[in-house]
Amino acid sequence: MFDQLSDRLAETLSEVRSRGKLTEADVDRAMREIRLALLEADVNFKVVKSFTAQVKERCLGAGVLDALNPGQQVVKIVNEELAALMGGASRDLAFASAGPTVILIAGLQGSGKTTACAKLAKLLAKDGKKVGLAACDTQRPAAVEQLVTMGERAGARVFEQGTERDPVEIAEWALGQARAGGLDVLIVDTAGRLHVDEALMDQLVAIRTRVKPHDVLLVLDAMTGQDAVNVAESFSERVEFDGVVLTKLDGDARGGAALSVKAVTGKPIIYASTGERIEQLERFHPERMASRILGMGDVLSLIEKAEEVSDADKAAELERKIRKQQFTLDDFLEQMRQVRKMGPLQNVLGLMPGMGKAMKQMRQVNMDDRELDRLEAIILAMTPAERVDPTMIDGSRRKRIARGSGTTVQAVNQLVKQFAQMRKLMAQLAQGKMPDPAQLMKGMR
Amino acid sequence: MEWEELVGLEATGENVADSAEPPAGRFARLRERLAKSRQALGAELSAGLFERLDEQTWERLEEALILADVGAKSTAEVVGRLETEVEAGHLTGPEQARERLVELLAAQAGVESPRLELTAKPAVVMVVGVNGTGKTTTIGKLASVLKQRFGLRVVVAAADTYRAAAIEQLETWAERSGAEVVRGNPGGDPGAIVFDAIAAAEARGADVVIADTAGRLHTHGNLMEELSKVRHVAAKRLDGAPHETLIVIDATTGQNGLRQARAFAEAVELTGVALTKLDGTAKGGIALAIAGEMGLPVKLIGVGEGIEDLRPFDAEEFARALVGE
Repeated sequence: MFDQLSDRLAETLSEVRSRGKLTEADVDRAMREIRLALLEADVNFKVVKSFTAQVKERCLGAGVLDALNPGQQVVKIVNEELAALMGGASRDLAFASAGPTVILIAGLQGSGKTTACAKLAKLLAKDGKKVGLAACDTQRPAAVEQLVTMGERAGARVFEQGTERDPVEIAEWALGQARAGGLDVLIVDTAGRLHVDEALMDQLVAIRTRVKPHDVLLVLDAMTGQDAVNVAESFSERVEFDGVVLTKLDGDARGGAALSVKAVTGKPIIYASTGERIEQLERFHPERMASRILGMGDVLSLIEKAEEVSDADKAAELERKIRKQQFTLDDFLEQMRQVRKMGPLQNVLGLMPGMGKAMKQMRQVNMDDRELDRLEAIILAMTPAERVDPTMIDGSRRKRIARGSGTTVQAVNQLVKQFAQMRKLMAQLAQGKMPDPAQLMKGMR
Repeated sequence: MEWEELVGLEATGENVADSAEPPAGRFARLRERLAKSRQALGAELSAGLFERLDEQTWERLEEALILADVGAKSTAEVVGRLETEVEAGHLTGPEQARERLVELLAAQAGVESPRLELTAKPAVVMVVGVNGTGKTTTIGKLASVLKQRFGLRVVVAAADTYRAAAIEQLETWAERSGAEVVRGNPGGDPGAIVFDAIAAAEARGADVVIADTAGRLHTHGNLMEELSKVRHVAAKRLDGAPHETLIVIDATTGQNGLRQARAFAEAVELTGVALTKLDGTAKGGIALAIAGEMGLPVKLIGVGEGIEDLRPFDAEEFARALVGE
């Protein structure tokens, strides 16, 4: 996700950190780098300007210049300001006290509205809610069919009346159906529209007026560029949306649009879509995202994901082991298997601390699922004692493991070495220490 | 730039009405729509920008280009070059500076006389891109132009077997444009559908096969691999196919567009860009970065939802629109 931005900030700040003391010129240079990185991350030009001005002021004003470790101070300030900009605390949907909660979904063409509707339905159904979907995109060919198919997968009822009727009428009719059917939530899908298309924006306002939604959500593509502010401002003005669903975050877009939209409209990002599968919609965590921007990874999200596929006790145990450096190769194997349950390897690795840079290297060494098969074979060829304490693996053991796993002694060596570095690194990260980028790189190879 | 130039064919179809419209009128709509973005942004180049050529001018120019998603690198290149030329005294007066700016931008954005290679029979056009950029819509419009303007027989391959109702969407477009559809089942093998479509085109004596593919994020290695396979199937079935592989880029896309283009180029050897959704306030400056850095020409632009809203790309027109002329 925000990997490249984290890399960039880490680079900038590591220079500052290595110098020990921070001068105003240092701050200026760091701010220039941050400005460039943010622009490349598609944060809006104006937002970037005010953001860097603010950070600079705090860097200079907070007595940072005399601080013992100024680099880390800057990291902290940038982190805090980013988190503040991203939205402070996360917000929940506003549910109706009685009758169906109505959620209106709006956005540009191709931002992922229909998919977001189905994913949201799935997410709410998981909480035990009875969810209905209203097919009010009568514009795009086959949009209704798409919602019907995806609604089925989500286990939601889909209310559709084809494409001939007025979407405003369909929305109202669907609400009546939802009421009669005793549903808890009705999600209204609408046609994608340009924010400058007066007629279609009027229609959206009409739907809003007619069904009086409890929440209006703007669906925003994470890859959106500078224009995100114009889109958000227009939609905010016309339909007064309450929050944002950020889509396509599983790509490598830096997602600066998310920062811009929050800064310009003040509306929080509530959900983030992180994959093609219907269950890949998550709560958006601004603070975590800010940490991620700074390359401090997202241990919390990772642990949350692990919880979903394992159980809470195991996750707590894992966290404890990571902290105490008691993480064994058995745990690693278990994790690897769980990771594969979570989805494609790259998605999951993106959540891990410092993996931004490492990911690029991974691609070079082809760290894909086949590689995982190989690692698994090596670990399985070890005795239980070896898995707990890999330091006992001497020359003859190595040969045996290599033979047993159908790999080479070098491959076994590499795994043992990598594992030792990884264990140390993970413990550091879990204790909230900034990883040393150089060491991180070594650890990954 | 006219369609005839782009595809290297004479119009023969019955629906050539818009070529009778003078070029000025044809782009009036695009410009009119782009004018809205000027109002929306307020950071645009005012008519008097080049009156005084000083530090502030370059800063404002940079700001305008960055706000158009041209990107920091390409912006620095263009502005730096213009600044150098002004300082060297090559350019005098606001008019010259402005014209030179358009020239520089056009040179970045455009490859000289791009062509849509359709001479093979059948010519295979593969359309790829990330989710939601407008692949299916672009294919619908392209099929319509080729069929109605040039009288070509077009077969579209519904090889997006992943997204729900993608096949139905393509079928609706094909119906509107009079193209024939070769389809498989949802979840089916996209390579097999492209294979069948080429076979069908050969058997029926069709001129063009346009293959729709599922939108995929360029970071999903397995999906990109699948796309490579589809391409190989086409190449195996017909020598030289696909003759065109177009990536569809949404004009609202920011700097990630460059990554998209690079990743897709690696997987399927792109031959051009179709830049869509230029009818909003986004200016599609990322296309300039893609063309400039990768030498990948923009060939088509989409300026609306109507079947006639697909146009050949014109670098100079685009450059002018970019700086708000």
